[in-house]
Amino acid sequence: MSPRATTALQPASTPPASIRNFCIIAHIDHGKSTLADRMLQITGVVSDRDMRAQYLDRMDIERERGITIKSQAVRMPWERNGETFALNMIDTPGHVDFTYEVSRSLAACEGAILLVDAAQGIEAQTLANLYLALENDLEIIPVLNKIDLPAADPDKYAGEIAGLLGGSPDDVLRVSGKTGMGVEELLDLVVDRIPSPTGDANAPARAMIFDSVYDSYRGVVTYVRMIDGSLSSRERIQMMSTRAVHELLEIGVSSPEPLRSKGLGVGEVGYLITGVKDVRQSKVGDTVTTSVKPATEALPGYTDPKPMVFSGLYPIDGAEYPDLREALDKLKLSDAALNYEPETSVALGFGFRVGFLGLLHLEIITERLEREFGLDLIATAPSVTYEVMTEDKKTVTVTNPSEFPGGKIHAVSEPVVKVGVLAPKDYVGTIMELCQSRRGTLLGMEYLGEDRVELRYTMPLGEIVFDFFDHLKSRTQGYASLDYEPAGEQEADLVKVDILLQGEQVDAFSAIVHREKAYAYGVLMTERLKNLIPRQQFEVPIQAAIGARIIARESIRAMRKDVLAKCYGGDITRKRKLLEKQKEGKKRMKMVGKVEVPQEAFIAALSGDTETKKEKK
Amino acid sequence: MAGPLPLADPAPRDGLLPDSVAIGADARAFGVYLHVPFCLVRCGYCDFNTYTSTELRGASQADYATQAIGEIVQAARVLEAAGLPQRPARTVFFGGGTPTLLPASDLVRMLDAIRTYLGIADGAEITTEANPDSVDEEYLQELARAGFTRVSFGMQSAVPGVLATLDRTHDPARIPVVVRAARAAGLQVSLDLIYGTPGETIHDWRTSLETAIAERPDHVSAYALIVEQGTKLARRIRSGELAAPSDDLQADMYELADELLGAAGYSWYEVSNWAASPSFRSRHNLSYWTGADWWGVGPGAHSHVGGVRWWNVKHPAAYAGLVSDGASPAHGRETLDDGTRLVERILLETRIADGLAIDVLGADARQAVAGLIADGLVNGEAALHGRIILTLRGRLLADAVVRRLIG
Repeated sequence: MSPRATTALQPASTPPASIRNFCIIAHIDHGKSTLADRMLQITGVVSDRDMRAQYLDRMDIERERGITIKSQAVRMPWERNGETFALNMIDTPGHVDFTYEVSRSLAACEGAILLVDAAQGIEAQTLANLYLALENDLEIIPVLNKIDLPAADPDKYAGEIAGLLGGSPDDVLRVSGKTGMGVEELLDLVVDRIPSPTGDANAPARAMIFDSVYDSYRGVVTYVRMIDGSLSSRERIQMMSTRAVHELLEIGVSSPEPLRSKGLGVGEVGYLITGVKDVRQSKVGDTVTTSVKPATEALPGYTDPKPMVFSGLYPIDGAEYPDLREALDKLKLSDAALNYEPETSVALGFGFRVGFLGLLHLEIITERLEREFGLDLIATAPSVTYEVMTEDKKTVTVTNPSEFPGGKIHAVSEPVVKVGVLAPKDYVGTIMELCQSRRGTLLGMEYLGEDRVELRYTMPLGEIVFDFFDHLKSRTQGYASLDYEPAGEQEADLVKVDILLQGEQVDAFSAIVHREKAYAYGVLMTERLKNLIPRQQFEVPIQAAIGARIIARESIRAMRKDVLAKCYGGDITRKRKLLEKQKEGKKRMKMVGKVEVPQEAFIAALSGDTETKKEKK
Repeated sequence: MAGPLPLADPAPRDGLLPDSVAIGADARAFGVYLHVPFCLVRCGYCDFNTYTSTELRGASQADYATQAIGEIVQAARVLEAAGLPQRPARTVFFGGGTPTLLPASDLVRMLDAIRTYLGIADGAEITTEANPDSVDEEYLQELARAGFTRVSFGMQSAVPGVLATLDRTHDPARIPVVVRAARAAGLQVSLDLIYGTPGETIHDWRTSLETAIAERPDHVSAYALIVEQGTKLARRIRSGELAAPSDDLQADMYELADELLGAAGYSWYEVSNWAASPSFRSRHNLSYWTGADWWGVGPGAHSHVGGVRWWNVKHPAAYAGLVSDGASPAHGRETLDDGTRLVERILLETRIADGLAIDVLGADARQAVAGLIADGLVNGEAALHGRIILTLRGRLLADAVVRRLIG
């Protein structure tokens, strides 16, 4: 076993041969953060006293959900056979929504630790990321974690991993991030197995941005991997995609606290601070060079993050609209993939149409808005981007059902994704049923080890964004894991279903659905609203319609009694207060034509709470 | 008196009223409500301020009349100190609880105290509530001799199954007996009914109405059952043992009551009250709806004098302690500003058959009246003559009408 390195190598003067750049590929709760904590402790970069659980995950949500949203890089010293090395651990985001960011993190490494929970085995997202790592020619070190758990079955899952990677189950290292068992051995393996970086030290500087984080004290902190050449402090740098030139205010490495250095040499990993205030000026995947001696060619693989999933976000209290705008503006500083524009809705008032990379991204952003900014929000059902061609051959891009053109439609195309579902083999039938009901086409099915199966489908993205994952989880007792990646577009027979209250369209409930499912959607929503909207003084018809054609209908009968029989022995105060309360309640009502609808009814209808409530009764 | 006391300012310990209460007092009638907070058993639907002997925690039923008289003496002092003119009570109402659980002599002592300290006007209406099984002819005779003019029997229903659900202990056969006794004593008779009890059918309700009408009472009250939180009834409904009363059925029952009572010659004068002729309307009841002054004596009783509302501590033991120390039993009070007074006036006067004068309303509310007429909630002819009077449909939706009027 290696001891801690007594003196760390200095950044900017570390030969590439002494550098190892690696990342950890793992599923959400397979213990990546705990293992990273242990490495920080064992290499001595974080004192035992300062050790905070999951040191690298800084945001509360990350800590609570046990997932990493923003990757970071930590430089750790390690001694092996008397020689000192600098190990750069790049902490990749773990979820499919961030595939692009994952691929950039991987491109910054020469090797990856494939970390798998010894009690659960590999999951679909890990498989997807492993695939990406192999595409990037990374050296893979397979590791089973949590071997201290009573439920651990390392032999079984070592076999599974060996089956995937080739080689022997004995090559799979067994560790416990919790107890630290096997972690020193793992660090040794990183030195021995992962190749040192190669690159031209004398070429013009090319550094790849693999992460960009907004910090309210320091502005944007950009994490880079030097591919060629070097950068030194007080140099002017240039972003190759925009040609924008920035003064370099600070350069250094994370250890894991920021540590200023003279510069970064070829193969090294570190951070840059330029004083820009918006991560959009420092985009993941972009190449940084110097303005004095710029490189001629950018590093390959840069793309702009493109939103895939859209949802309307509205404050429950309309007065919070300016706060929501401010909060989104702030989040945007640290999230280059977030974009939004103002939107109004009859039912929900003023809000924003927000584009997300995927469902988790949506969930994380709404949660951060609610938690960090104290907002109460309602999100409309997620939707995707449709290309609608009208009969006069004009193409309209629709990210919101309200943009769906009226009149005759020539064709509608929708995004499709390739979906991978990993689950125990007993659930194959039920998963197939679900995927087929969501217009999925089976591409293939493979056994992973003896009892687990990977099912691959192509499916319309629109079928996944709504509640597919919830259904998948509940039908498989939570055992199934899901991964998806974009796979182009397809034409489909899609229609817009509108919901009308007393003849007035309620925009928040319009949906673009497959023609065959239009009726089911109409029945579902009209019934939900019937159960949620309080009776009015008149009968209220609720209809679902495609264009002018009504496909489903319900009605709320008129209210006949709204009077308190008595005033209790002269307690007028009580009666008046009750009236004042009702009056306050009326203020929170949204008017759809003449119909008063409590905001809660809209919210419940959007979230689908009604069915569950009915079951409880 | 039901439920928790309202949140408001604490009442001053001496109970003194601001001088403002005297403004316009000559034009306002004065009455006395006297609460008797005792029952033999607590009915399952009731959340009124009443106590069975096991719930009294040391307060004594036997001492109650003396304590109430203590508050009556205080009342005379406080009203005088506020500069109010001497206004003999035009109405007195003994409610509960079960006032008739006390000996008749106790009720008489309390009434005498009201006469002595506050005064009682000639021709005053003096009512007591009574349980059909807690009075007899002799009892009623004694009340009549002391000056009582009216008795209101808690009949509730003529159907034994419905009475059982309500936990009412009386035998429906007692009703004709006590009504005859009251008549013999020269008392006006009112019968109180409840509709919409879980399990009660429209036929049950018709039976109760017809039985009540057959007794030819001077006055009938019919209250929709309200399931109050914290009652045994609410628990039984929550547990699924009983079905919650349906608003639609209660609406049908109200319409049936209005139809049968109307056919028998009774007219409504307040949403839940009908009288055989205008002279039999309960003037005390009306005083609540018309902004009159009244002093409420007893635990949990509410009072209103000249724009100040207050209410007493609820528990008889706390009440007894305060009154015997010569302190005011008032617990909280609120002083109404002009805006609140107008809201109350709209809220209260729209419920009565004489209606609300349209000219008290602001411009927006006056605009809203047209919509109320169009929706069949307000009588259009009366509106043209300057008054808001509810239609039958409007009575059932009275709270909605009020919300539209106060915007």
